[in-house]
Amino acid sequence: MPRYSAILSGETFRFETLKQVLACASPRRSGDELAGLAATSDAQRVAARTILADVPLKTFLSEALIPYESDDVTRLIIDTHDEAAFAPVAHLTVGGLRDWLLSYEADTQALQALAPGLTPEMVAGVSKLMRNQDLIAVARKCSVITRFRNTIGLPGHLSTRLQPNHPTDDLRGIAAATLDGLLYGTGDAVIGVNPATDNVPNCLALLDMLDTLRQRYDIPTQTCVLTHVTNAIEIMNRRGAVDLVFQSIAGSEAANAGFGVSLAILAEAQDAALSLARGTVGDNVMYFETGQGAALSADAHFGIDQQTIEARAYAVARHFRPLLVNTVVGFIGPEYLYDGKQIIRAGLEDHFCGKLLGVPMGCDVCYTNHAEADQDDMDTLMTLLATAGVTFVITVPGADDIMLNYQSLSYHDLLYLRSTFGVRAAPEFEAWLETMGMLDDRGRVRLPERQFVQRLIGADAA
Amino acid sequence: MPPEPDLTPQTVNDPRANDPWAKLRATTNARIGLGRIGDAMPMHDVLAFQLAHAKARDAVHASLDVEALRAALDPPVITVHSEAASREQYLRRPDLGRRLHPDCRPLLTPGDYDAVFVIADGLSATAVAANAIPTLNAVRRRLPHLRIAPIVIATQARVAIGDDIGEALNARLCAILIGERPGLSVAESLGIYLTYAPKRGCRDSARNCISNIHTKGGLSPDAAADTLAWLIREALHRQVTGVGLKEEAQGALPPGPPLRA
Repeated sequence: MPRYSAILSGETFRFETLKQVLACASPRRSGDELAGLAATSDAQRVAARTILADVPLKTFLSEALIPYESDDVTRLIIDTHDEAAFAPVAHLTVGGLRDWLLSYEADTQALQALAPGLTPEMVAGVSKLMRNQDLIAVARKCSVITRFRNTIGLPGHLSTRLQPNHPTDDLRGIAAATLDGLLYGTGDAVIGVNPATDNVPNCLALLDMLDTLRQRYDIPTQTCVLTHVTNAIEIMNRRGAVDLVFQSIAGSEAANAGFGVSLAILAEAQDAALSLARGTVGDNVMYFETGQGAALSADAHFGIDQQTIEARAYAVARHFRPLLVNTVVGFIGPEYLYDGKQIIRAGLEDHFCGKLLGVPMGCDVCYTNHAEADQDDMDTLMTLLATAGVTFVITVPGADDIMLNYQSLSYHDLLYLRSTFGVRAAPEFEAWLETMGMLDDRGRVRLPERQFVQRLIGADAA
Repeated sequence: MPPEPDLTPQTVNDPRANDPWAKLRATTNARIGLGRIGDAMPMHDVLAFQLAHAKARDAVHASLDVEALRAALDPPVITVHSEAASREQYLRRPDLGRRLHPDCRPLLTPGDYDAVFVIADGLSATAVAANAIPTLNAVRRRLPHLRIAPIVIATQARVAIGDDIGEALNARLCAILIGERPGLSVAESLGIYLTYAPKRGCRDSARNCISNIHTKGGLSPDAAADTLAWLIREALHRQVTGVGLKEEAQGALPPGPPLRA
């Protein structure tokens, strides 16, 4: 006999497992269809949500989606679960949690206190019962503040990663794109390059260039070359200028193994970065990227829908007290998120789940050329995320990443967000912009004069 | 008399005037130094971006002109398709694009072949139209004694369809020339994947890849053919492709771009 069933308008819907209820409760998306997990009709989707709303939150503590014995992410989630923090909602169902999150009682302090008591499965589950406005309204109440050389995540602030990628890692080309971004006031979250050639000597050269640039202009930010964590360890052994250790992560042990990482390797890298003590105002030294579809593409999703297993990656992130985490929401392709509607929904879900779990959640608002999406969809998503209080977004010159061949946000888009929502850069970084004479009397990033640009570029050429 | 209007460009806002970025632009194709109108991108750059995106989208959705390809090739040429019935299904279901449609299997007769060359639309029919024939001809000139199977044209195809095709033909090697996912700067980039002993279920780590083949600053068809001809000889000699060949071949590689396993 199936464990879960519901009768809606005289029609009976049956589900065998909790995993199946979660998967069918997800809004329609191509990745779950590809995996054969999606609801087969819209009515079945609503039936799954109806059942999910009545599932007690405690069920997720006793019924692991991937067995405790065989998966270290499950073990991490269960072993670090904070019963005391969970207590205020322990009696609730998933639907009850939805109501509580939307209540006035659930203010910033209450949500902060609750975070260690929530598991990714609870958070993913409740997100499936929430409309886009609910995801925005609750995420907006969450506060996650992190520090390295500046303070990220303060209320009313929105930071940016400056991403100056180059298809052959040309140091001058990367420096040019970096200076361009700084003139728009981007880069307070991190100046972070994806290397085209991922080996230790090349990454050392990139790090050295970025660190020299940062020190020359005395910029209160952090730099990062997004190389594999094992390379970062080797680079630190060679005394490279590692501010942040980067790694792509996912929501199962097997999927992380597909990325060539384990919890032990991440811990080793974090220890190494902490021992360098390069942060001036804090010691959040990790930077993670995630994205719906990563586990399925590694064939390591264990029959779990892509949004739920994505949320499990945030439990991995949370454990290492990261400075930054972002979902690369539209990067992974239309077989996981088909169009603008699916990308926008997933971006809001990922941000909500990350924030609720206490992760400093940002988003690469992006799409590829084979997805049914365009810059108008990105305008919509960045506008919604800014409303939801997103920690940071990624910006590239003219929205065109010429190395990874996809479109993200432009430096200009940041100016739009600042003007429209009044969101500001990290305070230390904003003070630096002021010192550099880059802000006008209303605090806007001024259009630089030609002489200023020439001086900056000239200094770089020297 | 009113004063003459001052037409001297005043700010970095005018990209054509006294551009301080001119020198740095030579170091990168990134869209740097665009200038601003308030917070926004100038009109010219918005339209340039939209055109690049439109061309990339068109490349993804264009149908491969199979007749034109057949006309440019010496017979025999065999045309097959994957299990993906439409472009939309192809984009949503990569698994179907990897499988040869069962109806096409009888078209492929096993033989004593060193290699089969497959021309596949992949994610850019534009790339195939522009660069597949020159690359194929260049590699055939370099390997005149290779026993090759009839050329196979595959539509709605992903890389792994070459495994089914090579297996059906009993070819020792499969080289699939396939359109790569278009970027904004280049929509006609071709990739080649080489697989020894192709059969369904081959892992990607068992292939060698040559990518970024195009004539807009990428690898030229002749340069790609040099690398491919070398790889084919080595693969037949060592009876392996992928990580194994890459590792064995360390130090023996001809000059050229780095090999990806």
